[in-house]
Amino acid sequence: MATPNEAQINRDLLGPLFKTGPRYYIAVALFGALTSVVFIAWALQIMFGIGMSGKNRPSFWGLYITTFVFWIGISHAGTLISAILRVVQAEWRRPITRCAEAITTFALITGSLFPLIHLGRAWLFYWMVPYPNSRYLWPNFQSPLMWDFIAINTYLTGSVTYLYLPMIPDMAVARDKATGWRKKMYRTLALGWRGTEREWVRLEKAISIMALIIIPVAVSVHTIVSWDFAMTVMPMWHSTIFGPYFVVGAIFSGIAALLIAMVLIRKYFHLEHYLQPIHFDNLAKMLFAMSLLWFYFTFTEYLVTWYGNEAPEMPVFWSKISGRFAPLFWLMVTCNFLIPFPILAIKKLRTIPLIFFASSCILVGMWLERFLIIVPTLTHPFLPYNYGTYWPSLTEASIAAGTLGLFVLLYFLFAKFSPMISIWEYEEGLQVASKHAGDVHPGH
Amino acid sequence: MPQWGMTVDLDRCTGCEACVVACHAENNLPIVGPEQAAMGRTHQWIRIERYWEGEFPNIRARFMPVMCQQCDAAPCEPVCPVNATYHTPDGLNAQVYNRCVGTRFCANNCPYTVRYFTWFTPEWPSPLNEQLNPDVSIRSSGIMEKCTFCVQRIRRAQDTAKDETRAVRDGEIQPACAQACPAKVLVFGDMSDPDSQVSQLANSRRGYRLLEELGTRPRVVYLKEADA
Repeated sequence: MATPNEAQINRDLLGPLFKTGPRYYIAVALFGALTSVVFIAWALQIMFGIGMSGKNRPSFWGLYITTFVFWIGISHAGTLISAILRVVQAEWRRPITRCAEAITTFALITGSLFPLIHLGRAWLFYWMVPYPNSRYLWPNFQSPLMWDFIAINTYLTGSVTYLYLPMIPDMAVARDKATGWRKKMYRTLALGWRGTEREWVRLEKAISIMALIIIPVAVSVHTIVSWDFAMTVMPMWHSTIFGPYFVVGAIFSGIAALLIAMVLIRKYFHLEHYLQPIHFDNLAKMLFAMSLLWFYFTFTEYLVTWYGNEAPEMPVFWSKISGRFAPLFWLMVTCNFLIPFPILAIKKLRTIPLIFFASSCILVGMWLERFLIIVPTLTHPFLPYNYGTYWPSLTEASIAAGTLGLFVLLYFLFAKFSPMISIWEYEEGLQVASKHAGDVHPGH
Repeated sequence: MPQWGMTVDLDRCTGCEACVVACHAENNLPIVGPEQAAMGRTHQWIRIERYWEGEFPNIRARFMPVMCQQCDAAPCEPVCPVNATYHTPDGLNAQVYNRCVGTRFCANNCPYTVRYFTWFTPEWPSPLNEQLNPDVSIRSSGIMEKCTFCVQRIRRAQDTAKDETRAVRDGEIQPACAQACPAKVLVFGDMSDPDSQVSQLANSRRGYRLLEELGTRPRVVYLKEADA
């Protein structure tokens, strides 16, 4: 394939910013409608009470927390993957970092709505913020929910910074191309970028520092999310491996989400030259490794529980293996392991459509995994008299499903506003490649 | 400082649920109606757990009244992000309704499942709305509630005793459940006084605590003769 020159790159990558087809408006209207479902349902829930959800005693948590953990997991797509690839200087990362980092930011925004939606008195959420007040009332820093609140805010701040830093030179390019109010907007966002040597050195340094900082932050975030469960005394929640188990699951679902986004961006923005099979192949190999790791953790978790044979844990265990939750459990194993394993392991099957299929299965499987961690434990508490059932209500289901619309909407709007492939990083990659004579393929 | 506690004599309990009714009346527990009840949204700060043992015809029912165990090391307390549940100096596990934002984390971490959530604004069908207890606040929608050991009765007795410049007498305070129990299953009192009735019973050889192995150190002691 001929290497595109600079003008062509600018045209290809900036094109979607300035040319908008009818398909885009239809998609925005569709996902916008889905998003409005979330807020209408939420408004009704606030008006009538949290009882509008299907929760009960003993199942005090349900779809909201499941979907919360799911979105926070998806958020590991981006920042973590892009940061790791940057730190190890993997050259093939260049066209995928931007779409990955955008997933993180929007998945975090979507996910962090859920702890609020889930509150019995959502309008008092700010009581969890440590602010000075006349009664000297502070939040309880012993609570894993407080750690969550702090960790997610840290991660959101970090990943927005990390998304924005490499966008600055691209904003400058867009500023030079744009007219009218957009020029004003891009001028503000470009922070007066002129592209001097000193600016480049500082930008590169800032990006490397953020990449190093964001990795431990990302790992800690999902560890802390897992501690919402692991810190309790409840059967099959109180597990020491939940931290790494959740981090592995998060990266697993994150890579799957990234692959799905890449397939769609490639198709609808015609970026076949930029997102090449090698990128999908490399990420698919990472996804394969995560699938094996996920299976290993799941196997360990369940084997140890079964062998330990503790009275309070066994009803939870059997409800998943052969009881009421068994269909969901085995669907999860199928989606997370049995389907992706052959597709990702066999080179011939690692094609873009099949990778897309495997990734979609993994997203379903990982959502089920979170559901199966939360609900079976809650419906089987210590005293068997209190065993219960849980069935999500319409309000709950439409909010959970509607946030998919919110996420896609935010992502779509972002794609109209910033190039989805970092222009300067891509060009830098071409320069690096041309230095290595005879090795111009961007995949190496 | 007294340390409040209770004993539950399982050898005496007939499972009549008078305690449950008394608790509803005393503590303004919401009546949720059949649909909500079927969903598992009843409020029973004290409930009678019934377990069947054996197969018909050699079958027997076991009754176990369960209320908040007022654990000394309560798992519900550290997990609340806004400190809405905390420990009073006299050993009560207190819930601050005004402070609760409704994360329901406390209820998830309660091994006894004795915390109850107000899913909707409570309404009482007439004439029940005319008999609400003025000493107990009505809990609004979206907050957690649970057995308080009838803290309003404890405080009133303490005030009376203070006015009369004397200590609270053993047996002077009776939570509604204990007062209503025809079989005298429930005994309430000061655990720190070795001569109180509740201490004597709790220290008898029949005493044990529910899910003791979790290390929650409950303030409720169950009494049961080992089966022959």
